[in-house]
Amino acid sequence: MTSNATVISVRDLVVGFGDVTVLDHATLDVFEGEILGFVGGSGAGKSVLMRAIIGLLPKRKGAIKVFGTDLATLGERERRLIEQRWGVLFQQGALFSSLTALQNVQFPMREYLDLSPRLLEEIALAKLEMVGLDADVRGKFPAELSGGMVKRVALARALALDPDIVFLDEPTSGLDPISAAEFDELIRTLQRTLGLSVFMVTHDLDSLHAVCDRIAVLSEGRVIAAGPIETMLASEHPWLRSYFRGDRGRQIHHQIQRQMRH
Amino acid sequence: MSFVSLIATAEGERLALAAAGAWTAERAAELERTVDETARRFADARDVDIDLAGIERLDTFGAWLIERLKRAFTMGGSTARIIGLSATDRALMEELQLVNRRPARRSAATSSIVLALHAIGRAIAEIGWSFVLLAQLLGALTAVSLRTIVHPARLRLTSVVHHLGRVGWHAVPIILLSTFLIGAILAQQGIFRFRTFGADIYVVDMITVLVLREVGVLIVCVMVAGRSGSAYTAEIGAMKMREEIDALRTMGLDPVEVLVLPRIAALVIAVPLLTFIGSMAALCGAGVVCWLYGGMAPEIFLERLREAIWLPTFEVGMIKAPFMALTIGLVACVEGFEVGGSAASLGLKTTASVVKSIVLVIALDGAFAMFFAGIGM
Repeated sequence: MTSNATVISVRDLVVGFGDVTVLDHATLDVFEGEILGFVGGSGAGKSVLMRAIIGLLPKRKGAIKVFGTDLATLGERERRLIEQRWGVLFQQGALFSSLTALQNVQFPMREYLDLSPRLLEEIALAKLEMVGLDADVRGKFPAELSGGMVKRVALARALALDPDIVFLDEPTSGLDPISAAEFDELIRTLQRTLGLSVFMVTHDLDSLHAVCDRIAVLSEGRVIAAGPIETMLASEHPWLRSYFRGDRGRQIHHQIQRQMRH
Repeated sequence: MSFVSLIATAEGERLALAAAGAWTAERAAELERTVDETARRFADARDVDIDLAGIERLDTFGAWLIERLKRAFTMGGSTARIIGLSATDRALMEELQLVNRRPARRSAATSSIVLALHAIGRAIAEIGWSFVLLAQLLGALTAVSLRTIVHPARLRLTSVVHHLGRVGWHAVPIILLSTFLIGAILAQQGIFRFRTFGADIYVVDMITVLVLREVGVLIVCVMVAGRSGSAYTAEIGAMKMREEIDALRTMGLDPVEVLVLPRIAALVIAVPLLTFIGSMAALCGAGVVCWLYGGMAPEIFLERLREAIWLPTFEVGMIKAPFMALTIGLVACVEGFEVGGSAASLGLKTTASVVKSIVLVIALDGAFAMFFAGIGM
């Protein structure tokens, strides 16, 4: 259900720290209703691009447009309104350690919406159930949750305000393959039910194959390729070849060929 | 802002509800009121159709309220149907049909008296428990110290020196400043009161006893507890949060030997030295005030000082210092190990560390006062 409207457009983005230039004229589009997988070597600057888009890092040059507006031109108030339309799942979850799971999910709603206590509780519980958690986790603190549960609560919090875009920073890292596959499935389901656009930084070849509509590849500070996984597998670029057709990539390649034959 | 509405058409026991507009989070409060009011007003409708064809935008908030409306009717034994659902919203509505099915467990209400008693009981148990933990760590520390004495090579000398620099050397300026001021203030107050009955000269005796026996060591301990005890708790607590202490254990290392012994050894060495420096600074402060405010020549002050200082006076202060250092170090490390997973608990334990060590140092000072009075020092 990929349509052509662009929700995020990054043009010639330059971001650096001190003398180091991490992103060097990177250009990328995310379309409405798609799941974009964003890959690149460790330290290539995937998280940097994500953080630059959500405004946590300053840019040196270039333009970032979200929903067609350049965030740099907006005032404080308009910016807040845009920020309410996206949710972010940080790599380590970044749950507030002094709040319970339920309070973590309620936090953004409490800040931005005017809800009755009953509705606040019902909606937060509904979100927890939607990410596949039992209502029993409601009173638990992040320190008492397993790694997979932390990710799920963090996803529920990212979805708290019913955002249009969700940023996921390595959502399946640190999860076992079965939990990772379940998480991928969950992202797929939620994306369909809520009509989200998903920007997913990942290293997980299985996720790329299973859920991503398109893949963008970052290398040497630029987005060197973007397209569906078949394009990536067919590419002759040396980095893409070793990434997608290395030992681990090869298995997925075979899997896809088998599926195509059938 | 776009409009929202829920229009009801009742025909006998049949009820047709037509929802329209943007049923989204921004309008949630308004929608909730409408939904609840509708459910109440038409509570006796037996057959309900909820038509969503007019809805422009639907998110989880709106969808849940529609689900709640539907459940309000079905719970009362009526039939309720959702019609006119667009393909895109169908998945969301289906998802929400599954949630909030189990009634939330409410904790049984308890009276405030029971809660108060509960809190008191817990607090007392916690105090008792903290003494048990202190004794535990003291035992572990003693065992480790004995082992280190038998095998001196096991002592982490670099670590001890590093901590000695942080808690001792770097504390010198602030200790000098604060004890100098305390000495000056005590002298000024003493001269001001003693002058009324012509006993200015005895101010020196008072200052000497006060500073050398009590004030010097206490001020130093309060400063050290606030400056270094809190740092110890925060360091060990942060290490605990990030599983660094578990990592040490798995490598076969004893956290008490690696983390606690060097820190407490540094304190036990530093606090007596700081106490000495601090006491001297306080006497200097007193001397300066006696000279400038009390009109007592420095020679006379020194002469008086020599007569007033009795070696045991000095010894009493110095003997106490290492014990107080041990107390501060033990409390700081115990609290550090007690830090849980949250940032709030780190803050809580750091506060507890400073408060408890200061209280214990004062209590210990009282015990020493009785002890020294008993043996005639």
